[in-house]
Amino acid sequence: MAVVTVGSAIVSLEAKELVYGAIGLAGSLFGVATLFFLLNAPYVAVFQIAVYIGAVAVLILFTVMLVRQEGLAKEVKPKSTTAAGIIAAVAVILALTFAVLATNLSRFTAITNTATYIDIGKLISTGDAPVLEVLALVLAASIVGALALSRVDRGGGAH
Amino acid sequence: MTKRNALRLLFSIEFMINAANLNFVAFNQYLPYQEASNALGQTVVLFSIALAAAEAAVILAIVVVAYRLRNDIDVSEMKTLEG
Repeated sequence: MAVVTVGSAIVSLEAKELVYGAIGLAGSLFGVATLFFLLNAPYVAVFQIAVYIGAVAVLILFTVMLVRQEGLAKEVKPKSTTAAGIIAAVAVILALTFAVLATNLSRFTAITNTATYIDIGKLISTGDAPVLEVLALVLAASIVGALALSRVDRGGGAH
Repeated sequence: MTKRNALRLLFSIEFMINAANLNFVAFNQYLPYQEASNALGQTVVLFSIALAAAEAAVILAIVVVAYRLRNDIDVSEMKTLEG
């Protein structure tokens, strides 16, 4: 499953055509959702599918088709920063790997019970209730902002 | 070969957010079991997904506006705000 996830992520970022990139993104997000299932988090997995595959991927596909143009995959000569970026990425991966291996994480045993939606609901509705309300405000504000940005001004309307 | 497409930047951001979410869910299993913190990581991830959806909506709106203004979404050529 990890192979599917990482593979479609690479396809998504390296595809010449942006539509294939968007489809690869949807495939990779679906792979992450199945990983959530395997990690005993079915509620999060269903939420991920509903929000990402259902909403975000469709939104991205619409935008890709809206802004489609010829010669979109312009090729730029690789700069010297590319090599530096690759070296930095490998260094970070190595550092994190050694840091994780140095901890005594293997002495702990993972709990395998599945957190039900009742547990999540208890947490959300008690301790995290302010977070939920602020998040709702942020979501509403961002959607209104997005609508206002992409509005087509036809002019001649009532002032 | 570097591509400076604005939508590809959005894809990359989504992948990074998903990687972080995966870590939250995975390490949630290593928390000492308590009734109260059983689903702590999963709750954080639910909030994070909602936030990522809001962020994606705003970025897509900006991309549409940029395309309408400039007929191009190559971010390496957006230099209007450069000092």
